[in-house]
Amino acid sequence: MSFTRQSVAALRMLIVLTVLLGIGYPAVVWGVGRVAFHDQAAGSVVRVDGKVVGSSLLGQDFTAADVFHSRPSASSYSGDTSGGSNLAASDPAQVKAIADRQAALVKDGDLPADGLAAPDALTASASGLDPDISPAYAMDQAPRVARASGLSETVVTKLVTEHTSGRVLGFLGEPRVNVLDLNLALAAARI
Amino acid sequence: MSETLSGLLTLTVLLGLLAATHAPLGGWMARVFTDDKDWRVERAVYRAVGVNPRSEQTWRSYAVSVTAFSLVSIVVLWAMIVLQKHLPFAQGTSGMGRSTAINTAVSFVTNTNWQSYAGEVGTGPLVQTLGLTIQNFASAAVGIAVAIVIIRGLARQQTHELGNFWVDLVRCITRILLPLAAIAAVVLMAAGVIQNLAEPMTIHSLAGADQQLRGGLVASQEAIKELGTNGGGYFNANSAHPFENPNAFTNLLEIFLLLVIPFALPRTYGIMVGDRRQGWTLLGLAGALWGLSVALTTWAEVAASSGVAGSMEGKEQRFGTWASTLFAASTTGTSTGAVNSLHESYSPLGGGVILTNMALGEIGPGGTGSGLYGIVIVAIITVFIAGLMVGRTPELLGKHIGRREITYAALYTVVTPTLVLAGAGASLAMSGPKSTMLSHGPHGLTEVLYAYASAANNNGSAFAGLGADNPWYNLTLTVAMFVGRFAPMILVVALAGSLVAQKKRPATAGTMPTHTPLFLGLLIGVALIITGLTYFPALSLGPIAEALS
Repeated sequence: MSFTRQSVAALRMLIVLTVLLGIGYPAVVWGVGRVAFHDQAAGSVVRVDGKVVGSSLLGQDFTAADVFHSRPSASSYSGDTSGGSNLAASDPAQVKAIADRQAALVKDGDLPADGLAAPDALTASASGLDPDISPAYAMDQAPRVARASGLSETVVTKLVTEHTSGRVLGFLGEPRVNVLDLNLALAAARI
Repeated sequence: MSETLSGLLTLTVLLGLLAATHAPLGGWMARVFTDDKDWRVERAVYRAVGVNPRSEQTWRSYAVSVTAFSLVSIVVLWAMIVLQKHLPFAQGTSGMGRSTAINTAVSFVTNTNWQSYAGEVGTGPLVQTLGLTIQNFASAAVGIAVAIVIIRGLARQQTHELGNFWVDLVRCITRILLPLAAIAAVVLMAAGVIQNLAEPMTIHSLAGADQQLRGGLVASQEAIKELGTNGGGYFNANSAHPFENPNAFTNLLEIFLLLVIPFALPRTYGIMVGDRRQGWTLLGLAGALWGLSVALTTWAEVAASSGVAGSMEGKEQRFGTWASTLFAASTTGTSTGAVNSLHESYSPLGGGVILTNMALGEIGPGGTGSGLYGIVIVAIITVFIAGLMVGRTPELLGKHIGRREITYAALYTVVTPTLVLAGAGASLAMSGPKSTMLSHGPHGLTEVLYAYASAANNNGSAFAGLGADNPWYNLTLTVAMFVGRFAPMILVVALAGSLVAQKKRPATAGTMPTHTPLFLGLLIGVALIITGLTYFPALSLGPIAEALS
């Protein structure tokens, strides 16, 4: 077959594939989602009093003293363009960023007694939307959150423990604390 | 449980899943491409397209079909990207500039999925679903089709018939990619990956700031993005974005998906050439290179995590170090290029290993199809070198590796290194391209080297600090992707044409067996030495210099 005839066949093939793979396949998956996995397919949206306040999968830029803070983010958790810093550890900009974050932790009183911050407290995530922090970073923030919120440290620590998720199925990934969930529980405890 | 134990268990489960699927999937793929019956839906497709599924093609005709289909795909995708602002479902996307649109069209058709645009900004749901998702299937199927052609070249004899491209393309989609992708998409969605058509919505978050919640038909695209070793993210952060990869379970599933076909194809090879042991040797090469890179990347990143800030820059808390490095080594070993962590923020050695994965020519285990034909090329060069060393006639499966065959194989091995080294060299020689680098010194060199290695080997991952969305990088990387895809493919199809015409020689006492551990050792040696000779100077100025400084 000549190149022209092959190209005509190619164009027709592309049209057929568009119907099958561009419309049929996503539509079927979408339909299954609507019926069986509505919450997940819609983005695991979290509502308070019927109003959407976020997604449990996306971190938020918590800054107030009386709530738990998320990890540093290269995009301030804005949600429009995801991404990270791309900086290498040796980059002067990264050295400075780490020093600044360390200083901010000192200022907030979020550094543990040994002065060693949890690595996730000093580093920006890949997505800029990391919903989780390490249990260690959450515990480091507990005294400050207790002071600022008027709750006892025991109550706050207990909330952190309750909202710490272990590894998935016991062995996959890292233990973590979902910051939005934790702060929602914190708000509930203050009422 | 310690992090190490968790990481090792994850690896064990992954290996278990790959081992369990290797034989059934490899066997199924062999049946798909040797079946003499068509499914009803396939017959409908052939009628609509106007091809006779029973007609066989010569290598030239097959190569013309591959090229025609790919060129038409590029033009159609490019037009869709350029026109998207005027089409429905644009959802306010600002679209792409001219050179970005060309880069993206070539990128997705060549199975590279290099993205010089941010998913959230450059593409609306129409282009994502009707443009990119389709090419995720089609480019993967084209790669597998060409791999099947080289297998037929070795398996058949004294003929010019190498199969029919349209049949191989359609069957690969209807019988392999689509069923697996559909199952994977539903599982991913059940575990939290989104699948909706919602417009971007700005909410007032609990933190008190505005946050944009985005929608998209992500699960359906994510599944084929990994299964077809494509790697183009729906969102800019790719598989690090929680909507694409919400937890450690989906992370493991995505790693499994990107490895499953490349690791099963050696089985298909073994069955189709009529000697399963031959497949084991190729699998051994792929497995050894992958295992080595997983071990080295993980070691480098775990070692780096003893520093003050650990190695968590550019990594997600839910994955941690081990699940990030396993993904990184697998995505660069398979020409996928999806990322769940930022490769540029890796330690010098960790980043160097994943760069080397691509420099090896994507054979550990390589992309869907492209990995297998890359490995067959290494096997051909190995029998040739071994033949020279011991004075035997170089043969692979009874096929003589003569002047024509070794010329095609040798040309194959110089195509991508030429593109990588020339591209990176030219960029560093000019002030314009140099000014968009994020880093300087050895890390900056690695950044640029990584970009061209990624493009020419059709990987698509990036040291993403490089500001690549400008005409120089867009256009030179387009050339690297295009030539890096189609020149090797056409050489492989031509090689198949010359092999298929030969009569199989019976094995004699003088034949060097190609299924032994000795041959596997030779294969690994040849793969490493060729890459080492080509890339060592560049690697020593980049990641090695950085690690030593």
